[in-house]
Order: sequence, then C-alpha cells, then structure tokens
Amino acid sequence: MSNLIRWAPLAVFIALASALTYGLAKPARTNITSKMVGAAVPSFKLAPATSGLPGLSSADLAKGQPHLVNFFASWCGPCIAEAPQLKVLAEAGVPIVGIAVRDRPQTVAAFLARHGNPFRAIGADNASQLQMAMGSSGVPESFVIDGTGTIRLQTIGPINPQDVAGIIAAVRDAR
Amino acid sequence: MRPLILGAALLLTSAVLADSGLPPAPLSDTQLADPRQEAAAQTLMETIRCLVCQGQSIADSNAELAGDMRALIRQRIAAGEKPAAVRAWLVRRYGAWVSYEPPLDRVTWLLWAAPALFLVAGLFLARRSFRPRQRR
Repeated sequence: MSNLIRWAPLAVFIALASALTYGLAKPARTNITSKMVGAAVPSFKLAPATSGLPGLSSADLAKGQPHLVNFFASWCGPCIAEAPQLKVLAEAGVPIVGIAVRDRPQTVAAFLARHGNPFRAIGADNASQLQMAMGSSGVPESFVIDGTGTIRLQTIGPINPQDVAGIIAAVRDAR
Repeated sequence: MRPLILGAALLLTSAVLADSGLPPAPLSDTQLADPRQEAAAQTLMETIRCLVCQGQSIADSNAELAGDMRALIRQRIAAGEKPAAVRAWLVRRYGAWVSYEPPLDRVTWLLWAAPALFLVAGLFLARRSFRPRQRR
C-alpha cells in the first residue's frame, strides 16, 4: 500500500505528460461548425450585392427547391480557388445563391467578371449579420438548404474538386 | 536587407489575412450613449470568444468579424435585450465554445467541482500527515 502511494506521483506525472504531449502533437482543429444545421434558416432580407442580380431573402429559400448558399467575398483568396468548382456545380443544375460578405457592388461585379458567375442571386451582408445568424465564421463557407428552408449541411473552407460529387448528392437528397 | 525581409513578411501576412475594403460597422468601436447599456455590452464582449483569433475575446480582437460581433451585441443591448439572451443567441449558433463562461452541464461539472474535490483531498492528506506517529 505505502509502495503504491510512493509511486503514485510519478504515475500521475507520466500520465499528464503523455496527455499533454499528445495534445501538442495533434494538429489543431480551428474549424467552428455551425450549430444551425438541422434548423430553419433565420429570417433575413438582403439587398442585391451587385447590379444585374437580385438580392436574397429567407423566403426565397423556402419555395420547394433546394439551394446551395455560398458565403464569399471578392477580397477572399480561397474564394477564387473555389470558383471553378462552383461553375461545375452550377452546370450540374445546382441552384447556387451567394452571400457577399463585407463587399462593394463594383468589386463584386469585377470578381464575377474575372472568375465567372455561378450565382442566381447575391445578397449583400455588409456587417456579417447573416453570417453570424447562420453560425458561419468565415469565407468561403457553403450551406445546403432544402426546399422547406431547413439547413441540411455546412461546408467550411473552399469547395475542392473532390467535394463536388458529395455536394451534388446532398442537394439532390434535399429535395 | 532586414527592412526588405520585414517588408516581405508584412506583405505575406496581409495576403493571408485578407481584410475587406468596407469600414467597420458603425457600433463596432463606438460606445452606446447610455452608460449602463454600454457597461453591460462591454462586460458581455469580454466573455465572448473571437471566431477568428480564437484565443481572444471580441473586446480585444482586431478581426473584422469581431468588430461585427461587437456591433451586433451593442445593437441588441440598445434594443433592450438582456446580455444573457444575446449570449444564448450566440451559443445557439456557435456552441458553448463561443462563450468564456462555461455553463454547468454534463460535460463541465467536473470543472466546477474540481476546487471542492481538491480541498477535500488536501484535508484528507493533511489529516494523515499531522496524525501523531504511533510508537512501536
């Protein structure tokens, strides 16, 4: 018994040291997932982000058709990397609507002219209000919304080529 | 040479941490007119975690999103909402992670109970060590 107690501090130290070493060696996960997946899209009404495309409201997302809602910005580098995948998704018939976060009409227009326009509508979120209401924490992020306006899926970071098939399937399942 | 390296480093960081060209939201750095509301908003901001820097409160963070979060909090407090309700609104969206005030629940009860547990363990140890030695 007294032997056990003598060795206990060392055992505790070794356990703690290994736990901390493991924690340091593990790559940090800094993605914050939205807790709104499974809930209804919060009520919103956003003005058009650029001329030539309509704005966006929560009512538009509850008309029986699923959507991919893409949070992007002209000042966001990874959004440029994502553009070809959005083009593929749009050509596959996925209805994509955009939310331009903290952006100006002319810079949004220049971004679309340069990297293509997969969007049917783009709402302007000038103070990240909708971004916060959706539990999103950066650009680019996308949400699959079903026909009733329920959030089904969140993707964080740019959509990569290997993600496209999964998103097409998720949108199909959201009908 | 050194200024060159510094300049290159600065350029690189600015490219990674892209900022929008829009000015900060009106209430992100402007105090509310009512000092009591401003104090309530400030107290809340100090216990909400920045989503970008993740180690800072939004009261300290210079990230644009933190500014937008401060503006949101001031707007809601100014509209008469209770700080607890605003915190609940954010926790509903980002999880308990966003709040620096851990709630008492199934995950965190040990955290709250730890001081009492340590005190009991300490008392137990002290009682043992101060017990008079038995003569053999």
